[in-house]
Amino acid sequence: MKILTLAMQVPDSRAALKISPGGKSLETRDLKLICNPFDEFAVEQAVQLKEQRSDVEEIVVATIGAEKPNQAIRTALAMGADRGIQLCDDIFSGQDEILLAEALAAAIRLQETTFDLILCGKQAIDTDSGEFGPALAEFLDLPHVGAVVKLDISEDGTSLRAHRRIEGAEEIVECPLPALITCEKGLIEPRYPSLPNLMKAKKKPLQILAASDLPEPGCLTPGLQLLELTPPAPRPPCTFIEGPPEKMARELVKRLRDEAKVI
Amino acid sequence: MSANILIFIEQRSGRIVPASRQIFAVAQELSLKTGGKIHAVIAGEGIGNLTDEITPLQPDSIHVADHPELRFYRAQPYAQALCAAIKTSEAQTILFATTSLSRDLAPRLAARLKAAIATDCLEVSTENGELRIRRPMYCAKCVGTFSLATDRVQILTIRPNAYPTPVPQAGTSATIQSLDVAFSDHDLALKVVDVVSTSEGVRDVTEADIIVSGGRSLQSKENFSMLYEMAETLGAAVGASRAAVDAGFQPPSRQVGLTGKIVSPRLYLAFGIDGAIQHLAGMRGSKVIVAINTKAEAPIFSVATYGCVADLFTLAPLLTEEFRNLNGSN
Ligand SMILES: Cc1cc2nc3c(=O)[nH]c(=O)nc-3n(C[C@H](O)[C@H](O)[C@H](O)COP(=O)(O)OP(=O)(O)OC[C@H]3O[C@@H](n4cnc5c(N)ncnc54)[C@H](O)[C@@H]3O)c2cc1C
Ligand SMILES: Nc1ncnc2c1ncn2[C@@H]1O[C@H](COP(=O)(O)O)[C@@H](O)[C@H]1O
Repeated sequence: MKILTLAMQVPDSRAALKISPGGKSLETRDLKLICNPFDEFAVEQAVQLKEQRSDVEEIVVATIGAEKPNQAIRTALAMGADRGIQLCDDIFSGQDEILLAEALAAAIRLQETTFDLILCGKQAIDTDSGEFGPALAEFLDLPHVGAVVKLDISEDGTSLRAHRRIEGAEEIVECPLPALITCEKGLIEPRYPSLPNLMKAKKKPLQILAASDLPEPGCLTPGLQLLELTPPAPRPPCTFIEGPPEKMARELVKRLRDEAKVI
Repeated sequence: MSANILIFIEQRSGRIVPASRQIFAVAQELSLKTGGKIHAVIAGEGIGNLTDEITPLQPDSIHVADHPELRFYRAQPYAQALCAAIKTSEAQTILFATTSLSRDLAPRLAARLKAAIATDCLEVSTENGELRIRRPMYCAKCVGTFSLATDRVQILTIRPNAYPTPVPQAGTSATIQSLDVAFSDHDLALKVVDVVSTSEGVRDVTEADIIVSGGRSLQSKENFSMLYEMAETLGAAVGASRAAVDAGFQPPSRQVGLTGKIVSPRLYLAFGIDGAIQHLAGMRGSKVIVAINTKAEAPIFSVATYGCVADLFTLAPLLTEEFRNLNGSN
């Protein structure tokens, strides 16, 4: 069995963001980049499958992005992926996930390897779009299961059983391999890559592909154009309710009913 | 290309998801500007009678994909049904409410149609014939304004509660069309074996108008019963911070935030939640936020509408009592 995991770098959720003058991008100087947390679930799941099963031959991690040094690839290789593929080109710096998924599907078809299982994050914490996984599955003509919180691969390695989180419930689905899943919080706890493993990761093979290496990618004009980034609409200032607890409770409920009219 | 609009009406177990009704507001606004017709599509098994609930929202026509293979949601057969509806309605703009289903289906459909897609939109408008949307990004620390290409199908998913449901009109009618759908074995490769409830009889945070949420400071699973009591009085759902979930006080399905669920209720009550940026990412879109925290400088107060610097263990039971009185007096 061969497994492909996707991993991308994103700004650390704790980082304060500064919008560049002109409002079309973020100031990236001093911006701390990390591996997307949902992608750490994907990589961890792949690595645990390899540790638990004798039939997992290889874990490949792929990323798309315009920047060469890539935090996500580095983390994934240090966590246990065997080799990396990076699609690296300026035209991949936009925000159109459909375009990126199509490019990656083309890159996957170029590989000599065919993958039995593809693992993505449920969403990227920068754009929060969550589009990439299902779109990639469509371009590869594979079934997919989104928002997976539990995954089992059959003993013979030909099918999967997954729990997928929906509103107030979990759907349990079965599906033949090859297939793609997107990983949700709760699936697995990712390991911290150790320092020696981070050093070893630097020696693992990394294939870098430019857009020109891909056979004619399909639509490749972005469907989405960013016009402006703005800070979120400010919220009204907080009204503090004072006094002893009994009075506080009464006053708050009165305000919620008469002033805010929400109860 | 026509400017027709197609609304996906999501139903679960024969019940229409409320957020699906809200997107009629978006469709009506767009249709006023562009003159496009409003179509609706609904998919499932034995769902024909639900069209009566949709007609009062005034679509021109309702396309019904009723098929045993559509009983449970699955991306491939549902995408197939939607493609059929898009074809017959000649729609250029497809609208979904943002739900776990549309997060799964809309991008797959977008790839199939090579469409332009924007998920979880807060606002939709048109400018010089172009569709424009605003959506939160970077943990809700920014809002991005985007335009969508006009030379292809456009797919939008709309944040629940971003738009109010239009007032239903009595005595309206719509053309009902049943869609002919057929599936290949390939479409049906994935099987739904079971759907197990994780709600334990309480509403899911994504579907509630009021959420009572607790943090690590609740200290135990047992103490959360205090919040459940309040939630019951209010008809609310219970939410939790990640710290409370990681400590095992609440199941992961109740987590609100970046790696939990995104919510936008009418009222969000945060008990002993510090207000870390990853928590705010999930709830700052709530209409009214109440924060109860012993620490006056807790970041949660920066987004709160009302703040109580108080011990939650003292205040929560008193509040429940007040809410109860209110219900009694109504
Ligand atoms: C990648 C990533 C993703 C994350 N995703 C999420 C997410 O989805 N959701 C999420 O919530 N967090 C998330 N976090 C974690 C987040 O950073 C915080 O650690 C977490 O939200 C803290 O939870 P808390 O407020 O319950 O706990 P604490 O930070 O421990 O805060 C407890 C609060 O309770 C107050 N308090 C204490 N005792 C009382 C009392 N008796 N009465 C009233 N108030 C009291 C304290 O003053 C304090 O403000 C994420 C973190 C990372 C790195
Ligand atoms: N540029 C990218 N490089 C690698 N993986 C990506 C990229 N964009 C999206 N993905 C994968 O798709 C998931 C969902 O991303 P998104 O659709 O951007 O929210 C991520 O968690 C990744 O696993």
